[in-house]
Amino acid sequence: MRANAKLTDFIFKYGSLIVIGLVILFFSLWDEHFFTYDNLASILRSISITAFVAIGVTFSLSVDGFDLSVGSTVSMVIAFSTALMVWYEMPLAVVIIGSLAIGAAVGLVNSLLIVRIRIPDLLATLAIMYVVSGLQQIFTKGNSIYSNMIMPDGSSAPGTISPAFLWLGQGELLGVPVPVALMIVAFVLVFVFFTYTRMGRQMEMTGGNEEAARLSGVRVRRIRTTAYVLSGLFAAVGGLLFAARTGSGQSGAGAPILMEAVAAVFVGYSVLGAGRPNIIGTFFGAVLIGVLLNGLTMMNVPYYSNDFIKGGVLVLALAITFIHLNRRKA
Amino acid sequence: MDNRPSRLRLSGIAKSFSGVPALHGVDLELAGGEIHALLGANGAGKSTLIKILSGAYASDRGVIELDGAAVRIDSPKAAKELGIHCVYQEVDTALVPGLSVAENIMLDRHSAAGAGFWVDWKSLHLEAAETLRRLGADIPLHKRAGELTLAEKQLVLIARLLTEQARFVVLDEPTAPLSLEEAERLFRVMEALRAEGIGIVFITHRLPEVFRLCSRVTVMRDGRRIWTKPAAETNADDVALAMLGRRFEDEYPKLDADIGEMLLEVSGLRSGSRVKGVDLNVRSGEITAVVGLVGAGKTELSRAIFGADASSGGEVRVAGKPVRTAQPADAVRGGIALVPEERRRQGIIASDTVLRNLTLPTLGKLLRGGLLSRRREQRSADSLIARLGIKTSGYGQSVSTLSGGNQQKVSIGKWIPTDASVYLFDEPTKGVDIGAKRDIFQVIGTLAQQGKAVLYLTCEFQEAIGIADRILVMYDGAIVREFGRGEASQEELLIHASGGRGGTS
Repeated sequence: MRANAKLTDFIFKYGSLIVIGLVILFFSLWDEHFFTYDNLASILRSISITAFVAIGVTFSLSVDGFDLSVGSTVSMVIAFSTALMVWYEMPLAVVIIGSLAIGAAVGLVNSLLIVRIRIPDLLATLAIMYVVSGLQQIFTKGNSIYSNMIMPDGSSAPGTISPAFLWLGQGELLGVPVPVALMIVAFVLVFVFFTYTRMGRQMEMTGGNEEAARLSGVRVRRIRTTAYVLSGLFAAVGGLLFAARTGSGQSGAGAPILMEAVAAVFVGYSVLGAGRPNIIGTFFGAVLIGVLLNGLTMMNVPYYSNDFIKGGVLVLALAITFIHLNRRKA
Repeated sequence: MDNRPSRLRLSGIAKSFSGVPALHGVDLELAGGEIHALLGANGAGKSTLIKILSGAYASDRGVIELDGAAVRIDSPKAAKELGIHCVYQEVDTALVPGLSVAENIMLDRHSAAGAGFWVDWKSLHLEAAETLRRLGADIPLHKRAGELTLAEKQLVLIARLLTEQARFVVLDEPTAPLSLEEAERLFRVMEALRAEGIGIVFITHRLPEVFRLCSRVTVMRDGRRIWTKPAAETNADDVALAMLGRRFEDEYPKLDADIGEMLLEVSGLRSGSRVKGVDLNVRSGEITAVVGLVGAGKTELSRAIFGADASSGGEVRVAGKPVRTAQPADAVRGGIALVPEERRRQGIIASDTVLRNLTLPTLGKLLRGGLLSRRREQRSADSLIARLGIKTSGYGQSVSTLSGGNQQKVSIGKWIPTDASVYLFDEPTKGVDIGAKRDIFQVIGTLAQQGKAVLYLTCEFQEAIGIADRILVMYDGAIVREFGRGEASQEELLIHASGGRGGTS
């Protein structure tokens, strides 16, 4: 019994790190191209999109909330940013600022429903997920957006996706892919936010016990609102990077990212035994998901089994975390 | 059923819990058509006794006789079959919120064996209506139970037990959560039950109710029956003396402090249904106690001053300046700190560490160049741990693993480095061992010496007498009496806290 408890403790603390190591080792042995700079850079590139969305999910979970609408925010931003360039030939600054504003607005609406009207977070963001994804489909009439696309009236669209925009998703900075550089900067900033700022601490304390935090003088409504706005903002960044990487705006492209991001954050719960949302864990969670999906593709596992794999990883991560948390409570 | 009044007699009832005696051979007699008050302080053994009577506990020794014949009550079902029912304080658990009033009243009858497959809606409503009419209670039959007020829920439960040929009913502090008007309605229902020949055991902390309704009074203390007397032959002083027993010795030393300028002024404060226009003030260096029984509105008062609950009128001033009480953060900025009653749920973030709990209200002071300084946080936490004597393996320990007393010290300690000038303590010694209690009184005394204003809300009268410079007695949402230090005895406080001697009843 005792040895058993020690073992589960060990698994909880280091299990996910060991799994990441084993997965990388396995794919490296399976395919010599896996552990090459180009492939690793490509994996990190695809991780970066999930990672930004997962950072957003980390914020909402850190205040003991949940945001299901991030996937549809990604889709919305993909459609919006590409359409601004292709249909309206807007300058890059407008595209980026507008996209971030959309993310923040979705977060504000979520927090209005959750914090003010007090709809349970899962239900409120489930509804908003459909509202936002519906708006995206209305906005694009279900079409994908690409440079000089053919419009419904037969003419071609005036604009193209600007090269500067594409650089965000495809370019390199001192040999490091731009989205990967951005991701690293984001993780460092968010780590500092949670570890060394008053607001970050207040978010975690609000998540730990909202009533006690409130009675300690924390303005919990403001804190929770901020968390949802940040969630929307980071999802918007994820959408921008997605559009920049693919160079087109595919309708509904963000939907699968919700699941990847949520799985990444919950894998992160167990990293080093944190037992709660934490930004370092989120990073490793995103790495695990990214490596798995990339490696399986290399093994010719068909893309349509991705959902099954992501779901399985999430179930495993949740099981490990909750077995541990419930035992600690008992 | 025949019309002879029933007689229920408990004799020599004893009960221990894991070796600790809760009842030492208690006698109690009850007649049909009587309302019998069962009184005693917290821990006197009232609850244990009625749980034995209603079959929730088995007694270790003793006999229960019904109409002269010994009976066995080994389960709540057995008690009900003998016609003995109990309405506990938690009325919600006994009702099905989604069902109508009529369905709830007829619930036991219609879920009983032999009730048949089909529901006869017509007779169900007729019977339910007839039952409510007998009680003189007016509740819409079709309303869902979940939408009822607490007082109405009590009446539905009482109506339900009428449908089951109840002969004896225990009402466990039914009036504690009620307003005076609601209580008045309950009294009429109790009188209707009495008129039907049902015997009622009435547990309450409000003495005027006892002398208004009851024919006999039994007082318990420390697991024993002190006496049973006809209500006409006793009075509030007599009852209070019997409930409290020996006089209290001053075991908590009071630290001397200089009392200075006015710091906290509360005027006309109203909030919810439990704070009905409270005026009070506390000076620098002064410890003012607010005493009252459970349900008097003390917790609600402290929450309203702190902005934890919305107030519907009145004003709070600290050092002459009005303080917004829209939310706790405003009160904290205004210089008020609250140590709440329910420490685990409200006072601490149990899943987090001692350090992070202790520094939460003062994060703004622990910044260095805009970022939290780990070193400053550790220094602050270390000094609080030392000052309060928190027993912990270090500031990284999770608060959930501390003892109750040490958790309370964390809940108090986090406010000490703030700029608060007014400290509200709501039952700070609840569930705390003697050693921690002494430390907590020490901290409160030191705060007063430093010129803070302390408002100490408690239902432990001897604590108030020991620690306070002034004692305010709260009853039914208002301050009904004020005593200076040394002016009040425990008996005196209890009588006023029970609404006696010209309380607001």
